[in-house]
Amino acid sequence: MLGQTFTIIFGSVFISNIVLAQFLGICPFLGVSKDIKNAVGMGFSVMFVMIMSSAICWVVHRYLLVPFHLEYLKTITFILTIAALVQLVEMFLKKNVPGLYQAMGIYLPLITTNCAIMGIALLNIQNGFNLYYTVINAFANSAGFLLAMLLMAGIRERLEEAELPESMKGLPIVFIVASSMALAFVGFTGMI
Amino acid sequence: MLVYAIVVLAALGGLFGAVLAVASKKLAVETDPRVDRILEALPGANCGACGFPGCAGLAEAIVNAGAPVNACVPGKEKAAEAIAAIMGRAPEAGLIRKVAQLHCNGNYENVKTKYEYRGVIDCHLAVTQFGGPSYCQFGCIGLGSCVRVCPFGAIVIGDDRLPVVDTSLCLGCGLCADQCPQKVLDVIPINQRVYVRCNNRDRGRVARDECESSCISCGVCVKACPSGAMQLITNAVGSVSMIDYDKCTACGVCVEKCPRKCIHLDPPIDPDVAICPKPEPVAGGCANCPLAEGCGSKVAS
Repeated sequence: MLGQTFTIIFGSVFISNIVLAQFLGICPFLGVSKDIKNAVGMGFSVMFVMIMSSAICWVVHRYLLVPFHLEYLKTITFILTIAALVQLVEMFLKKNVPGLYQAMGIYLPLITTNCAIMGIALLNIQNGFNLYYTVINAFANSAGFLLAMLLMAGIRERLEEAELPESMKGLPIVFIVASSMALAFVGFTGMI
Repeated sequence: MLVYAIVVLAALGGLFGAVLAVASKKLAVETDPRVDRILEALPGANCGACGFPGCAGLAEAIVNAGAPVNACVPGKEKAAEAIAAIMGRAPEAGLIRKVAQLHCNGNYENVKTKYEYRGVIDCHLAVTQFGGPSYCQFGCIGLGSCVRVCPFGAIVIGDDRLPVVDTSLCLGCGLCADQCPQKVLDVIPINQRVYVRCNNRDRGRVARDECESSCISCGVCVKACPSGAMQLITNAVGSVSMIDYDKCTACGVCVEKCPRKCIHLDPPIDPDVAICPKPEPVAGGCANCPLAEGCGSKVAS
């Protein structure tokens, strides 16, 4: 069990990194990675939401969809579940943990409709994980997301100072950097 | 099968809807509606000139912490009036608009170029290369870091290397002063007229060689100033003349006495705001005042 836990964590953070290998959550990866502060805020918010939504979605799937043989409805059910959950969490934080709400508040609505959250919830089911591995997998994938965001934000802060051709400024160079990073992460393939 | 699908999804949707409806009532946070209305009245530049974190911070502070309703610098009278109407409080007096002023006159004529800088267009980086491309290591670099940080587009770099501040656009937020690696920019109230256009900390001969218009720390202005506003401010590197604007009366004596002509007396920026710089009008009234020309003082009448 410990061995598989480690395998899931290492595999999800590096080998099949959610952004750089599975190409999920590209939108915040390109949109919110302008500086490290925002990237870290987004990364931790995603971690929080992903762990929670994965766990809840797993419960919904296991105890609601499976008994009624409605597995084919899991996509639409998960959309509903995640959207409602994030709304609820946002309200709860605003009322009870204002400090955390200040830090995450602006990212939560963005995360509601993020494909990474949905993707991991579905992948957990597809891989046949139990609740423990689901939570571990969600944590590991969001840690991979945080890592990718952090690397990207660090590079982009340096890019601000770089002298680039006019046509390359802004998003074009970011796409090139992102593809180079994805290529670099291919180097982890086959380690486990 | 189909019935199950419909029932389960409807039940799930209904359940989530009910939970959210209950939660929105139970977890509702009471926010003062005035905060949102003030936020709408503010310009939304998030410049920080008011001293609070962004426009939202100021709106919060006006409602909850009693910040002045006219604290917003870029909003000017328009925002102040709107907020005063929302809050039912009068604007506080004594807040004079500030604009950025340059403490350097090191244009291409006055200061020679030491080397041709071809690096990244950024003042901070240029300074790290032998103290910048011009002979004066204290003066303006002229690569426009201030231009890029200005949220109002009030600064442009002139043909003579020095930044030119459009005083009608500048709102005195001071971001450029924070950004400038040489600290040659400063925000100064617009009712002032005398500016030391130099930041050179070297003394005598050295300063003289570096720039045609450099402060040589001779102290003539300090001795000449009748109101004690001129002072030589010394730091670890050296000293330079600076003006204590609480005392300055804009009499112009230092401008005449300065052997290096680095102290300038400029026309009033906004005659409507200019308040007579003299604590008491000169004997015989404004007619005898050497500054009468171009003075829009309210004391004049």
